Amino acid sequence: MSAQVITITSGKGGVGKTTATANLAVALAQMNKKVVSIDGDIGLRNLDVVMGLENRIVYDLVDVVEGRCKLRQAMIRDKRFPELFLIPAAQTRDKTAVSPKDMVRLCDELRPEFDWILIDSPAGIERGFRNAIAPADMILVVTNPEVSAVRDADRIIGLIEADQKGPGKLVINRVKPAMVKRGDMLSTEDIVDVLAIDLIGIVPEDETVLIASNQGRAAVLDNRSKAGKAFTNIALRLNGEEVPFVELDDRDGFFDRILKLGRAGGDS
Amino acid sequence: MKPSLQIKGVHDALIITVDDGEWSEVRPALIESIRAQQEFFHGARIALQLGDRALGAAEMGGLRYTLARMDITFAAIISTHPATQEAAADLGIQLGLEHRPAEDPLETQAADTEISGDDAVFIQRTLRSGNNVRFPGHVIVLGDVNPGAEIVAGGNIIIWGRLRGVVHAGAAGDESACICALELAPTQLRLAGHVAVSPPRPRKPKPEIALIRSGELIAEEWRRSGSH
Repeated sequence: MSAQVITITSGKGGVGKTTATANLAVALAQMNKKVVSIDGDIGLRNLDVVMGLENRIVYDLVDVVEGRCKLRQAMIRDKRFPELFLIPAAQTRDKTAVSPKDMVRLCDELRPEFDWILIDSPAGIERGFRNAIAPADMILVVTNPEVSAVRDADRIIGLIEADQKGPGKLVINRVKPAMVKRGDMLSTEDIVDVLAIDLIGIVPEDETVLIASNQGRAAVLDNRSKAGKAFTNIALRLNGEEVPFVELDDRDGFFDRILKLGRAGGDS
Repeated sequence: MKPSLQIKGVHDALIITVDDGEWSEVRPALIESIRAQQEFFHGARIALQLGDRALGAAEMGGLRYTLARMDITFAAIISTHPATQEAAADLGIQLGLEHRPAEDPLETQAADTEISGDDAVFIQRTLRSGNNVRFPGHVIVLGDVNPGAEIVAGGNIIIWGRLRGVVHAGAAGDESACICALELAPTQLRLAGHVAVSPPRPRKPKPEIALIRSGELIAEEWRRSGSH
């Protein structure tokens, strides 16, 4: 077993990286995969809160990097899934505490034991971002259907490509189909037009996400959650399954064309 | 009269044909011409076509040193004069270029149909937000220019795709420069000293050219004849 390392990043803050990381981690664990998620947002850690594991933190990522504890000691087992772990970030330090080389070394140590390593990247394009993408085999770029988020996603994709880690796959999060229909919100087509990378998921705006995260649960655990379903579909696609995109707004058979793009080959 | 500078690119080197004349006049003029296009020559390998000129080792070595200080490699000479050839051998400068065909193509006069062009950089990808291109000549992009990308060119800017970023053509002051795009929808457009913002674009975009006419920056649909 050798894990695939996926970094979830965006450029823009608040678009849903942490939500995506938590939900994908749980979705993959539900499929009986061995998963470890790593919070790369040192100083502003959130992944622990969203996964409901904040009061179990004894050691964190920086403790491991600085040699104060063994890797295993910093890994927190999830409450519901015995093969799902979290390595939390430090809250009292900042991004300079860890270097890209540290992250690569850490992931190399984890690879033999897991199927998936998910890294929650912080917002921005500086050290935290660089740390998070260093060990990545694949990068998921999360964006919202909103002009400044798309602008930042474009920048991020440019940086990833320049680092030979591109092109990445796109997750469009917090889509409101009614607004798209009215023309008040960017459509999937508009976004993919600019960003020009493969789409791996479209997640609708959904109250259940907020409710779940407040409870330290992932939305994928809620059968009624549309967003949860969308994240589960992304997890299935990561595992190589072809899942048609949830019909949110199928203008001009756009999704049929997207599906054909996905099947036609390329290195998706 | 200032000797002219003839340049021909072959494989990985540039062949400069040096005119006849007194070396004491030809040499400074040669250096001056190269210095005027220093950006173009930066990092280049050059070969000097000296014909039957006699050039000693001291002169050749001095020239090599001067060129090296401009980051130009004096890689080879092409010469029919035995003294020049010997000097080159002494200095370790290659005589002739590799892959040279049997007859020297430079001996033939340029055919009337040959057209010399301008320097341009060609980019075959979409420029993303944050990418920027700066070039003293023309810039040609086969792809889109996304919002947040920037191109600054001394010459023209041709985008075979969607132009949505910021572009500045004729950046050194050339008002005859132009900007062409399959879809002209830049965040901001600059031509020489003029700045303009795009008006809202039509639903079905057509190829357009932006240029300065009668002192004003305008954009119009591309005419097939290319007459603007």
